[in-house]
Amino acid sequence: MRPERPQPTVLLELYRTMLLIRRFEERVYFLFLEGEIPGTLHQCQGQEAVATGVCDALEAGDWITSTHRPHGHALAKGVSPRAAMAELYGKETGCCRGRGGSMHLGDPDVGMLPAIAIVGGGNTVVTGLGLAFKLGRTGQVAACFFGEGATNEGAFHEGLNFAAVQQLPVVFVCENNLYGASTPWERVSLVPSVAARAGAYGVTAQVVDGMDVVAVRRAASTAVAAARAGQGPTLLECATYRFVGHSRSDARGYRSRVEEDEWRLRDPIVGLRHQLLEEGAADEAAFDAVGGEVDAVLDDAVEFARSSPDPDPAELLADAYA
Amino acid sequence: MPTPETPRGTRRLTIAEALREAVAEEMRRDESVFLIGEDIGIEGGFGGAFGVYLGLTDEFGHERIVDTPISEKAIAGAAVGAALMGFRPIADMQYSDFLFECMDELVNQAAKMRLMSGGRLSVPLVMRAPVGASVRGAQHGQSPESYFAHVPGLKVVCVSDAYHAKGLLKSAVRDDNPVLFFEHKLLYGTKGREQAGGLDLTAEVPEEEYLFPIGQAVVKRAGGDVTLVATHVSLYRCLAVADELSAAAGIECEVIDPLTLLPLDTETLWASVRKTGRLVIVHEDTLTGGWGAEVAARAADECLYALEAPIKRVAALDVPIPYAPVLEQAVVPSVERIETAVREVCA
Repeated sequence: MRPERPQPTVLLELYRTMLLIRRFEERVYFLFLEGEIPGTLHQCQGQEAVATGVCDALEAGDWITSTHRPHGHALAKGVSPRAAMAELYGKETGCCRGRGGSMHLGDPDVGMLPAIAIVGGGNTVVTGLGLAFKLGRTGQVAACFFGEGATNEGAFHEGLNFAAVQQLPVVFVCENNLYGASTPWERVSLVPSVAARAGAYGVTAQVVDGMDVVAVRRAASTAVAAARAGQGPTLLECATYRFVGHSRSDARGYRSRVEEDEWRLRDPIVGLRHQLLEEGAADEAAFDAVGGEVDAVLDDAVEFARSSPDPDPAELLADAYA
Repeated sequence: MPTPETPRGTRRLTIAEALREAVAEEMRRDESVFLIGEDIGIEGGFGGAFGVYLGLTDEFGHERIVDTPISEKAIAGAAVGAALMGFRPIADMQYSDFLFECMDELVNQAAKMRLMSGGRLSVPLVMRAPVGASVRGAQHGQSPESYFAHVPGLKVVCVSDAYHAKGLLKSAVRDDNPVLFFEHKLLYGTKGREQAGGLDLTAEVPEEEYLFPIGQAVVKRAGGDVTLVATHVSLYRCLAVADELSAAAGIECEVIDPLTLLPLDTETLWASVRKTGRLVIVHEDTLTGGWGAEVAARAADECLYALEAPIKRVAALDVPIPYAPVLEQAVVPSVERIETAVREVCA
């Protein structure tokens, strides 16, 4: 039996979120090259379906932890584009008041911790979120995003085992984009699949097509429901690909253009668009409208960030302690 | 049992008993307080490596006393995450040496979430950890508190007697910041171990509830000739030296227990140094980069002109803690080394 297909309105909303992430990243990269945005960037073009599908399966009161590549997670969980953009600009109006930056985007109001830019760092912290929800009987769920590279960190194993023995309401979401920075997965693991590692801890795991937002959303919904029902953690291994370099200076010499082209044919945004057109669920006018709306949101976000005040260094010392 | 000399409403407790009372009181007072660590609530187990939690499971059950795998990163990470969600975990390291297993969770996560979130989140956790050389060798005998006193976002407490241990642990639980809470292994019991000088380590603890504030030092012994600043076992050695020098040489030592290393109560310290003009800092942490260096540097900065002699530090030698008792005692600050330093600055 084919799984139930989401309603067209839901699909169009998923499309909109993915497009927002894609165009946010493109915009941010341009502004970075122009010298408007300081620091460095880790972009997620190509991986939008994972963030979007998982966050759509969560409730507003659920929480996520993120990584050094957090822009997509933040937008998908509901951080406002204004607050995210202002944070990248290092402005007081940013979601972390300019103290966090690109690698620490987060917003407690929408259930996102400041992103944790230490690889695997979120994999233990998320167990504390789960423990709090379990002890407080709140019915909330925590989802933890991490890359396949993080699964070679001790934190991955300690976090997964602890969540399992405590049956915590946690979903571990591995974004397997095949490369830890430049290092291919097969160079650092004899086990071909991350999901296989979950079995060592008695945790249910599933490999998901991370380029298909509907598949991700479906798998995540099952995992979230199990977590909420007290059945403990699930590990989702989402097979995906980052279309761009690891960070700003990455010329991607460690992988072939042929491989990149193959993955680009599976672009999650283009794929969903084709599906919706084929199904007659949306027409070109609808996509144009979504694109125009997204561009307007980003225009507004950039203008907001540009015109926002810098943080006041005089207030800085007050922020280290409660 | 109260003796006839004990004032009404006080008992003499060990540090372990006082800490247990503090934990139980805070858990009764606040549902958000829970314990997490290894071997803390297992039936027939140890109640933590040094028995501080013995019996607490009977009252609070296994839900609020979370026994973990041997996974220090998970312990600290879970404490950080739960604290971010509004709980007040008291996490337990069996030995402070194991804190290095979870430096990321403590230094990168606990200490930084406040700032990284633009002040929107806080991490009200306590991490208890026993320090000190006790003939267990290099990996169960360090005093690593200085590592943490270097980290903005953390608070660092060192307790040396039952009264302050209880009052400070209750304050630490209520503090909205991550607090590293260091206890010395030789100071838990009724009678200090031989290496600690066979001290009576019980102290009067009121029956009624009290708090002792983080960031406040105490003058353990008043004196006008030289200021001694010390924690844990070194504190008791300083007190012994003070008695000895008072009787033998007429040198009156003012002995201060800083209790909190971060933030440091410089008001109390400098008031003493300005009075005595001499400063000796003693700790079981190693010399180079130990917290005594920070105290010395700040004393030089803030009250140099009150000083009549160079600042002295007496610390563990810059080697890993060795096993053989004769070697271990040669590494940690001895009564003799402290006395020599005090005599030098008073000469």
